[in-house]
Amino acid sequence: METGIAISFWILAAVTIASALAVVLFRNIFHAALFLVLCFFTIAGIFVILSADFLAAAQVLIYVGAIAVLIIFAIMLTRETQRGSPSGRLRLPALMVGLLFLATMVFIVVSTDWQVITEIPDQPTTSAIAQALFSGEEGFVLPFEIAAALLLAAIIGAIVLVRER
Amino acid sequence: MVVGLEHFLILSAILFSIGLYGALAKRNAVVILMSIEIMLNAVNISMVAFWRYIAPALMTGQVFVIFIMVVAAAEVAVGLAIIIAIYRSRETVDAEQIDLMKW
Repeated sequence: METGIAISFWILAAVTIASALAVVLFRNIFHAALFLVLCFFTIAGIFVILSADFLAAAQVLIYVGAIAVLIIFAIMLTRETQRGSPSGRLRLPALMVGLLFLATMVFIVVSTDWQVITEIPDQPTTSAIAQALFSGEEGFVLPFEIAAALLLAAIIGAIVLVRER
Repeated sequence: MVVGLEHFLILSAILFSIGLYGALAKRNAVVILMSIEIMLNAVNISMVAFWRYIAPALMTGQVFVIFIMVVAAAEVAVGLAIIIAIYRSRETVDAEQIDLMKW
């Protein structure tokens, strides 16, 4: 059980990092978008390892299903595939910032003494998430409604922005 | 070797750095949006890892991930609409040529 989780974690982590690197390094935007889909999919697998079953399903539905299709649509509509995705003037500073951020985060993560709970949480998590979202006093009912309004505003805004005049 | 909290946090940090590099270095606006999506997903991984290893009784970590997904979906929809609108009027999605509001 434990070794199986470890093996699947290392495979998923390697594929996730490799496909994320492919997204930022490939010159062909369409190939980059396909690797982004692979990256989203392996992140869903990492959610499964972390025993977050509902979020893994939501990840596949929202990111792999909806956002990836939207991004591929935008690539097709802007017809920039032949020009590729070259790096800008800020390539070296961006690399420096990224590496500096990575070094800082790794240092913080390694040097902190985490109070870890090792037992596996209850599954399935769906009803527990619903309880946390909608339970009266300390729930998230108001943020939930605001998120619904935000989604509606985003849909209307997107339609207004791309409407033919 | 047992996989622990640190592994997931370092994976999340690596993904976030890759996304940060892509968002800063790339010139195509669609690729910049894709890099931002990678960064949001990295944050989601660390949220779920904290929920799993620090506070499994509180579901707040997972609830936050749901809200991040909602905001990411809204952000992508509006962002891509803006990119398509810019492409219609200026025939480019190169972030270095979209400099009308640059001083």
